[in-house]
Amino acid sequence: MNADSDGSDTGVQADLPEDEGQWSARLRRAAVNALPPGRLLPDRQPAYVASWIYVFGALTLAALAIVVLSGMVLAIEGPTWWHLSRVGLFVNSMHMWSVELFFFFMVVHLWGKFFMAAWRGRRRATWITGVLAFVVSIAAAFTGYLSQQNFDSQWIGTQAKDGINATGAGAFFNVLNFGQMLVWHVLLLPLVVGFVVVVHVLLVRRHGVVPPFAPDPGDLVAPEVVASAADRSVTR
Amino acid sequence: MTFPQELAGRLAQAIINLNGPGRYVHWGFIQISVANLVVIALMIVVFVAAILVPFPRRSGGGR
Amino acid sequence: MLQLRRKGARRFRPDRDVEEWHGRYVPYDIIKEFVAAFLVVLLITLGLAIVLSSPDVPPVTLKSWSLRAPLDFAQTAVTELAGTSPTATYGPPYNSTPGVSQTIGPVSLESLLGVHHPINTALDDVIDPLRTLPSDPALASAIRRYTAATAKAQTGWTDAYGSALVHARFAAGKLVTRPGDYGPVAEMIGALTTMARSGALDGALVSSKQFYGTDYTKPLLFLADGTYLANLAAAQHLHGTQWGMMNETGNFPGQSWLWLYTFWYQIPPFTTSTNADALVWAIMVVLTVLLALVPFLPGVRSIPRKVRIYRLIWRRHYRSLAGGAGGAV
Repeated sequence: MNADSDGSDTGVQADLPEDEGQWSARLRRAAVNALPPGRLLPDRQPAYVASWIYVFGALTLAALAIVVLSGMVLAIEGPTWWHLSRVGLFVNSMHMWSVELFFFFMVVHLWGKFFMAAWRGRRRATWITGVLAFVVSIAAAFTGYLSQQNFDSQWIGTQAKDGINATGAGAFFNVLNFGQMLVWHVLLLPLVVGFVVVVHVLLVRRHGVVPPFAPDPGDLVAPEVVASAADRSVTR
Repeated sequence: MTFPQELAGRLAQAIINLNGPGRYVHWGFIQISVANLVVIALMIVVFVAAILVPFPRRSGGGR
Repeated sequence: MLQLRRKGARRFRPDRDVEEWHGRYVPYDIIKEFVAAFLVVLLITLGLAIVLSSPDVPPVTLKSWSLRAPLDFAQTAVTELAGTSPTATYGPPYNSTPGVSQTIGPVSLESLLGVHHPINTALDDVIDPLRTLPSDPALASAIRRYTAATAKAQTGWTDAYGSALVHARFAAGKLVTRPGDYGPVAEMIGALTTMARSGALDGALVSSKQFYGTDYTKPLLFLADGTYLANLAAAQHLHGTQWGMMNETGNFPGQSWLWLYTFWYQIPPFTTSTNADALVWAIMVVLTVLLALVPFLPGVRSIPRKVRIYRLIWRRHYRSLAGGAGGAV
């Protein structure tokens, strides 16, 4: 049996010397070295992770999952359904509110990570992919608003075109073209968001949650030592 | 209509109807809808609460 | 003992570096946490969807516009025919009107990329749709007369009719203006208004090149050239000057994350600049890149350490250090 670093069976045999140079073997070794199973799906975490602020990354991911699931139901029925069916309107409401919650939790997560300076200790790529996820999510939401086929999408499209045209991007990204905006929203941008989010989460698993800043000098002295020193100074 | 469809259909009607003229707050050159203001205020409240509300201790996790 | 520094060893910067953790670990079930988060968010979403639903204000059509505001429709149609409408004079990507593209300094990205969605408003919005109507000899002859006339004659007619429409009435399904020399323009705009009120113009503009249309560029640009759509938007606080980019119709929350993007449009010089869109985009690109690069920005990356909110976040950890072991087990 060929064993992984945590003793589990890799399920493959690499007995022959020439196998070591295989792209597959090399990729597997690099992946397992970067993210051994115990790090990819941990069962323990540092003791300093003890605040509610830490749940907001998971809440953001959960909201994204509901955005995608409700979006899939809308896709199954097509873009006209929610205008004509009360069930469709309800699913659209799920999609809209999960998007609001997604951005809500993401922003609270961003504030938390900023005030923890979570980029420290070679975690800069984690921060950068987080900002990228934010930006790409805005683009995905934007194409969603444009795909509504109602008054709101008419106004957003006719207004947003000016900003986009001013950058030259209007030549190939036409916000008034419903067909184009719908497929960007349903296929292209979710793939990009998904990819960036996966990279971001894997970076968190790889580098771990950032440790605290160094303590203040007063943190290292036990309270009773401080108190007895104060007593001595009073009695002297 | 089957029961789940009917239930979902009833669910589609809002209990609180947010359609209708929007309410806005004007403060100098800032104009913001009450809805957006509530969302932003909630974000701040939730952020502060997340930091201040004690996190449950793990039982049997040592000192 | 003298400790030689490794060649190239970096100085420890507290805003960039961190002592990795060698202390205590506690049990943690990551899958259970995610499932719990999923159920919590699902319940909140269900609650919001059930209690508040979501907005769906029906779209404006050329039909609804011309039924409710026929004079505004007709006035806009004249500017499309005359080539003086905002769309007709937009520049790239719709046409090549000189001197109107937005610039950032000397650079116009808009012009560089050129005319990719060519629109000739006189043909696309007026003449070609009229030509799809069942044969009407008077209308056909009016169109022939217009297209055969000199540019000067055409301008004379459209200017005169445009002015007349300002004081016109709409009665018994017809535009009623004072008498004047409008050439064939009155006939053409009258026919276009009737066509719009029947609903036929909506279809004609979407399917003009093919049976299956998903590109609404032409009807949307036509709608946006008038004041009817803009007035509806103003009533819903959706205009740029109303911080409208953040807003949703009715009392629903909108896109509060766009606050900084829309902020710039509220202050000089962007309130009056013709290059406002290009400039605001440039500013937001720069700020977004800076946000991504916060870990590299001295000063900005020191804010968390100096503001000390972290003392609250990690208070249990700092309290555990007293007693000497530094939390390690």
